Amino acid sequence: MPSIKDIMQTMDYGPAPESNTEVKDWLSRHAAGIGHFIDGKFVVPDGPMVDVIDPAHDTVLAKLAIAGPAEVDAAVKAARAAGPKWAALPGHARAKYLYAIARHVQKRERFLAVLETMDNGKTIRESRDLDIPLVARHFYHHAGWAELLESEFPDHGPVGVCGQVIPWNFPLLMLAWKIAPALAAGNTVVLKPADLTPLTAFAFAEICAEIGLPPGVVNIVQGDGETGALITGHKDVDKVAFTGSTDVGRAIRKQIAGSGKKLSLELGGKSPFVVFEDANLDDAVEGVVDAIWFNQGEVCCAGSRILVQEGVAETFFAKLRARLETLRIGDPLDKCVDVGAIVSQKQLSRINDLLAQGAAEGAVLHQSSAQLPGTGSYCAPGFFTGTAPAHTVSQVEIFGPVATTTTFRTPAEAAILANDTRYGLAASIWSQNIDRAIDLAASVKAGVVWINATNLFDAGAAFGGYRESGFGREGAREGLLEYLVPTGFKQGKSRPAPVLTPDVTPFGGTSTAPEIDITAKLYIGGKQVRADGGQSYTVMGKSGAVGQAALGNRKDIRNAVEAAAKASGWSGVTAHNRAQVLYFFAENLSQRRAEFETLLTDCTGVSLKAATEEVEATIRRAFWYAAQADKFDGAVHATKSRHVTLALHEAFGVMGLVCPDEMPLLSMMSLVLPAVAMGNRVVVIAAQSHPLIAARLYQVLETSDVPAGVINLITGARDTLARTLADHTEVAALWYCGDAKGTAMVEEASVGNLKTVWTDGGMMRDWRDPVQGQGRDFLCRATQVKTIWLPYGA
Amino acid sequence: MKHDFPRMVGTAFTPDWFDGINVNRSAAERRAATLTTRRSVKKEWQAAWLLKAITCIDLTTLAGDDTPGRVQRLCAKARNPVRADLLEAMGVGPITTGAVCVYPTMVPHAVKALAGTGIPVASVATGFPAGLTPLPIRLAEITYAREQGAQEIDIVITREYALTGQWSALYDEIAAMREACGDAHMKAILATGDLSTLTNVYKASMVAMQAGADFIKTSTGKEAANATLPVSLTMVRALRDFRDRTGQIVGFKPAGGLSTAKHAMAWQFLMKEELGSRWLENDLFRIGASSLLGDIERQLEHFVTGRYSASNRHALA
Repeated sequence: MPSIKDIMQTMDYGPAPESNTEVKDWLSRHAAGIGHFIDGKFVVPDGPMVDVIDPAHDTVLAKLAIAGPAEVDAAVKAARAAGPKWAALPGHARAKYLYAIARHVQKRERFLAVLETMDNGKTIRESRDLDIPLVARHFYHHAGWAELLESEFPDHGPVGVCGQVIPWNFPLLMLAWKIAPALAAGNTVVLKPADLTPLTAFAFAEICAEIGLPPGVVNIVQGDGETGALITGHKDVDKVAFTGSTDVGRAIRKQIAGSGKKLSLELGGKSPFVVFEDANLDDAVEGVVDAIWFNQGEVCCAGSRILVQEGVAETFFAKLRARLETLRIGDPLDKCVDVGAIVSQKQLSRINDLLAQGAAEGAVLHQSSAQLPGTGSYCAPGFFTGTAPAHTVSQVEIFGPVATTTTFRTPAEAAILANDTRYGLAASIWSQNIDRAIDLAASVKAGVVWINATNLFDAGAAFGGYRESGFGREGAREGLLEYLVPTGFKQGKSRPAPVLTPDVTPFGGTSTAPEIDITAKLYIGGKQVRADGGQSYTVMGKSGAVGQAALGNRKDIRNAVEAAAKASGWSGVTAHNRAQVLYFFAENLSQRRAEFETLLTDCTGVSLKAATEEVEATIRRAFWYAAQADKFDGAVHATKSRHVTLALHEAFGVMGLVCPDEMPLLSMMSLVLPAVAMGNRVVVIAAQSHPLIAARLYQVLETSDVPAGVINLITGARDTLARTLADHTEVAALWYCGDAKGTAMVEEASVGNLKTVWTDGGMMRDWRDPVQGQGRDFLCRATQVKTIWLPYGA
Repeated sequence: MKHDFPRMVGTAFTPDWFDGINVNRSAAERRAATLTTRRSVKKEWQAAWLLKAITCIDLTTLAGDDTPGRVQRLCAKARNPVRADLLEAMGVGPITTGAVCVYPTMVPHAVKALAGTGIPVASVATGFPAGLTPLPIRLAEITYAREQGAQEIDIVITREYALTGQWSALYDEIAAMREACGDAHMKAILATGDLSTLTNVYKASMVAMQAGADFIKTSTGKEAANATLPVSLTMVRALRDFRDRTGQIVGFKPAGGLSTAKHAMAWQFLMKEELGSRWLENDLFRIGASSLLGDIERQLEHFVTGRYSASNRHALA
């Protein structure tokens, strides 16, 4: 050891190890194996075990059981059995349990932090100062939601049994994000931690036992991806929540398509970190430290694509290179270390392969020159220069401590580059010009935006992605909704297949011919157009054929989506403007009541009274959504001091709406109105059996100042068209009201871009009922929440 | 002072270097807050760091009731800041504080008390602490302090110039003071508590360096807000930018409010992280303090004996 005199010369930091004695004792008590926690009991099955590795030293920490079908089944059964009693508890009773969990996490904070660091390789600074405090905060916040559930969410109830699968990068924090809202809302849980990092979840199970949580409310099963698939695919699981890679997220979406399970996905990202010339560069450099060099870059929302304005790029890179050299890399249990170990050797070699590929494609890698420890999975942090969007490393998640960099010239170009990705999880924007920063915050496609900051989290602010970064939110009111379902109305009957099968051959029977022949067309981009295939199908009414409708095909869908994509101005106009258009539509429809009443009776065979009611309900609905257009307007969340945290309700962009046969006018407009009120542009597949309603409706749209491309109406074979819409990667969200088979089909087809899909599970609704046919739920489903963090200080 | 670099000469007034600068307060605060959570020194290392901190202290008395006797006592402490038995136990030879800092009329008493020790006497000047006496008088005060034997002069700036954006006037004033300092090293006190914004702090730092300040210093100790880590971070970043642009080496002195060993280490982390280990030596880093030394002594005794210490076991300043 150097003498004090020597140290006064070198002024080195020296070792500052956090003690892990208690954790080692705990591990030796569990040397027999880390097992499952099912129905309140700890189970260590016989069967083969896998090693749990300390990635900082490549040593074995524990043996881990792997659950098979029997254990998963037992866990789901326990959760199911515990459900009714748990859900029936007063909110206050559940709040007391969640409060006790939060308290106990705090009482064990040092133990949990050390255990997390040993299991994951993350630095003790981060597990101590970030992970564990956020875990406690999450349980406190949700103890509050449990308390307030009845008053804040009337007519909502728990989903049921939640199957939750979490990743290895923030093991206990991700557990908290999953379990806290589920329990608050009255659900029961089967959770599987990552097999690389199962230890804090096991310690959490001990805390559940310690506080006397009723058996079966929380079940933890250990295992790998196969175990995860057993949980997500289990027939008695009602809700699946997954955080992890986009590939696995896609597989889960496919696996449970058509099952009726509620699903939320938090997936990968390639988040932009945008540095404008007027940013404070030193502050932005520290932002990079907190972004890609945080948690060894194993962060789904890491600012991994650095975009720098060209004029300051060289200065910024020089500062980054200098900052790299002051990062300390090494034993994560040392309190003086900034970058710890990568979670596993396998993950490390994946990172190294990508770094080699980046270099092979011509990019220059700048890495810290620090000496890495001889054993353990370590990766020197760094960044690439010379990376263009076309490079592999600019597109795929490295999930390690290395960012790419690209320069831009103008704010407009920054926005284009920022959005040039399949993902949409987060964005970090650095500028001292508030106009410029908020302008980019508004245009970036990301669920979370940090202005002059990065990786800020709070239980009171929603977290989650746009695009292929998944759907659903965690945290805040928005996140709680993922664990609730509307109640208070009776489920309808199964929706039958459309009564009319499109037939394009001449119809030999009698038909009610108008005085002058009517050509029903499609309505695309504000124009009436003939079907691309040059075909029409016969439409049958109550007394024979009532006309012909255009038979839309793939290309018509393509053209309609293109038109809708172009009509992006609609998302930018004021909510007042959108309301005016909806009111005007109601006004014009009202003038043509008689015409639509006749059309409805002729086409659907309903009584005049029923038709009158349907038209009236449609007009009222237009008023209701016009009223909502400027009122369903987001929130400002109470998070940290001196941080404005905004939750914006943003339109998806292009939405696909697939309409049912029943009440063809009202059901179609019940879907169209909330979507366009919120600023979406829609491609509508009208009722297959009653296409003439849509074909008449575009005349009303044309007179109502609906801008071209905002509402596009396609008629034809519902599910053939729906598949193309569900496949289309420009379509960001899809609502499907067809049958059960079609529901499964669109959910499965949606994996291309992981669009949000909302269906009614093939069950008919009573569209006249304001609870089933309209409401906030529709508006929630028509928007995605963008959380913007704006710290401030003079 | 040891110098392995040429003395600071400053540059022409160059507003381009700070005009576009805009410090983000919350980002600077986040960085400042994690400096102390990212770094930690323990045991022998902590003892070494604290001993090093003592060598950087400008042991200070700046009170209206200062007397020759009071100054003499302070100087005795500066010569022997740590009990000899503790130093021996740590295997370290004699050390002294970096300097003694007093009002101009106390300079002759301090010079006398420190004769032969090599410990420099620093004098505040230029109408300390408000700096609102006429410039010729302020310059004359510098000359007086020098004539009395002060080797270092801690000047105060005219806050008005910073608050109203008269940067060129500020430059001229500091340059004149630097000229008056001659061979004595000049520390420019920015009185950051009065400047309010970190952007002002950065700009004032840059102007002071352009005008030739050997050190930039945070506070007089008399403002409502003393030295803080975010302010210090902003100043050392300016210092770093100046170094990178000109190759000239400038020192940094936080003053006011640094009263515990923990504070001393926090500022040492700041210096090492933002500027490098060279800026932990007392020719580039000073801590203006009075009660800090007592707390460090207690920590050192705890290190040596394993027992928590009491203040009456250490000689008063």
